[in-house]
Amino acid sequence: MTASTATPATLAPTHPHEAQRRAARRRKRLRNLGFFALLAGPNIALLLIFVYRPLLLSFYYSMLQWNMGSSVARFIGFENYVRWFTDPDTPQVMGTTAIFAVTTVGGSLVLGLGLALLLNKKLFGRGIARTVAFAPYVLSGIAVGMLWLYIFDPRYGLLSTLLEAVGLSSPQWYTTSPWALIMIIIVYLWKHVGYVALIYLAGLQGVPQDLHDAAALDGAGKTRTFASIVLPLLGPVTFFLLITTILSSLQSFDLIKAMTDGGPLGSTTTLMYQIYVEGFQTGRAGFASAAATILFVILLVITAIQLKFMERKVHYA
Amino acid sequence: MSTTVDERVEAQTAGRNDQPKGRRRPFRAHLDAGLYLTLIAAILVMSVPLIWMFLASFKESGEIYSVPLQWLPEAFDWANYEQVATSIPIGRMFLNSVFLTIAGAGLKVFLGLTCAYALVFIDVPFRKVAFIVVIFALLIPSQITIIPNYTLIASLGWLNTYQGILVPGLASAFGTFLFRQHFLSLPISVLEAAQMDGAGHWRRLWRFVVPMSVPTIAAVGLISLVAEWNDYLWPMLVTDNTDTMTLPVGLTLLQSLDGLQNWGVLMAATVVVTTPMLLIFLVLQRRLVSGLTAGAVTG
Repeated sequence: MTASTATPATLAPTHPHEAQRRAARRRKRLRNLGFFALLAGPNIALLLIFVYRPLLLSFYYSMLQWNMGSSVARFIGFENYVRWFTDPDTPQVMGTTAIFAVTTVGGSLVLGLGLALLLNKKLFGRGIARTVAFAPYVLSGIAVGMLWLYIFDPRYGLLSTLLEAVGLSSPQWYTTSPWALIMIIIVYLWKHVGYVALIYLAGLQGVPQDLHDAAALDGAGKTRTFASIVLPLLGPVTFFLLITTILSSLQSFDLIKAMTDGGPLGSTTTLMYQIYVEGFQTGRAGFASAAATILFVILLVITAIQLKFMERKVHYA
Repeated sequence: MSTTVDERVEAQTAGRNDQPKGRRRPFRAHLDAGLYLTLIAAILVMSVPLIWMFLASFKESGEIYSVPLQWLPEAFDWANYEQVATSIPIGRMFLNSVFLTIAGAGLKVFLGLTCAYALVFIDVPFRKVAFIVVIFALLIPSQITIIPNYTLIASLGWLNTYQGILVPGLASAFGTFLFRQHFLSLPISVLEAAQMDGAGHWRRLWRFVVPMSVPTIAAVGLISLVAEWNDYLWPMLVTDNTDTMTLPVGLTLLQSLDGLQNWGVLMAATVVVTTPMLLIFLVLQRRLVSGLTAGAVTG
């Protein structure tokens, strides 16, 4: 089958059918090349044009003093990076990005594990719980943002009614600084907790019943069994979820767009959102490309960590 | 990957029936009550916002802007939906979304299938390099590519066109990867037999490989369907004309049109955006969940 076993081309054919065989092999190789180009070519060409080309071009744009839509661009080397690192907004943007990532990742892992443990119990109605928990994950981020914006409405929203019922007054979610970010974090958790729970649920069901039984025989209580047996066995799943939720949290856009548009006063502008604002609203495309490159490097480092520790996670299948 | 979460739950609970019962019964009953309360709370937190959205879409504005709040609409009134239709061409947007979703998901599955087949079954010298090109594309988030892709699409004159929305997102790295994983597990003897019978690559792909890959195709197809329907950032960047605008972009357009936020109207539009995905989810829950969690569970 393999083409690499062909005899050196300098040798003259000793038999006439040897030449025939070689010609047939060459025809087959050509036909294979043709089929490969036909079948894999379109997809690979699209990847090169719309993924790899823009990636490289983004590095190049980041070295330009260039506004979106303008035909004039000046090469300024790493000046955009210097500007980004010394920009007075950068600490706030990175602070918001970090707070958003840590709270959404930590929150969705803790709540997701809790929900998975609950769904793993033989309770009546857990099928419904599983369905409603996962449903928001398949919905448009814009739509989810919109429906929660209504719920958070400080005067006519469902939440303000519930808060008043327990004697609290609703914060001004849309217009005051920590509350707008808290609002988006809550909605992000609502949308993503079902996904985390279902992955954990699959992991929990991979814990053999024998281990539970053995632990019970040894006199371990529920808490002890969970802490010393179930949780360590969930390590690989947790690691996988940690990486994927960090990546999706750092790239989230739709909820911020629908709910706050990065405001009030930039307090919900993450690095991802900054790329959009600078590139397409203020139009500083070179600066935005530098921010995009920085985001890419952060994402790449996280992915590299995942790949480095990948072997660990296949230990318990 | 073929085992869905549901099946595992069933298998697990089947083996659970022989647990010791009756020990410390009062405590257990107490615990069960606590668990059920938590479960009910979880169900309410997850479902009430969606129910609230549906209810609000049928309320007239007096019912929405009332303090204390009114839970149910007096009558199921379609006025909010009519208001949506007069503010934005929602029918046109719906059709745009349906067309772009079906075309996008279909082409993605097609490109992924053919590419994965070539990567697994066609022997060419640079096959490994081609696979690496696909794999590394998984690491490049689409957000990084928006500015260069936007300038390319704009220079082609593809702003506000279907191809401008569709083509940059067509390349399938994740689908190709999942298909390849699946193809590697297929019985090679069947394909060798087909080859003996003189079936070429094209025929082997559609007559043998595709029928043996239906669950994976369904999973990739459904993931793509959901992703295309909900896609926002790219369609928003390349359309400002309602002729080619998709529903989620139309939703933010509607939001910006209303100076005063009119929740009934916005919720009606939100219902239009979410209902198709909710229906697909409810009908095809198992397949969709197994697809969306595939990467994780296979390890």
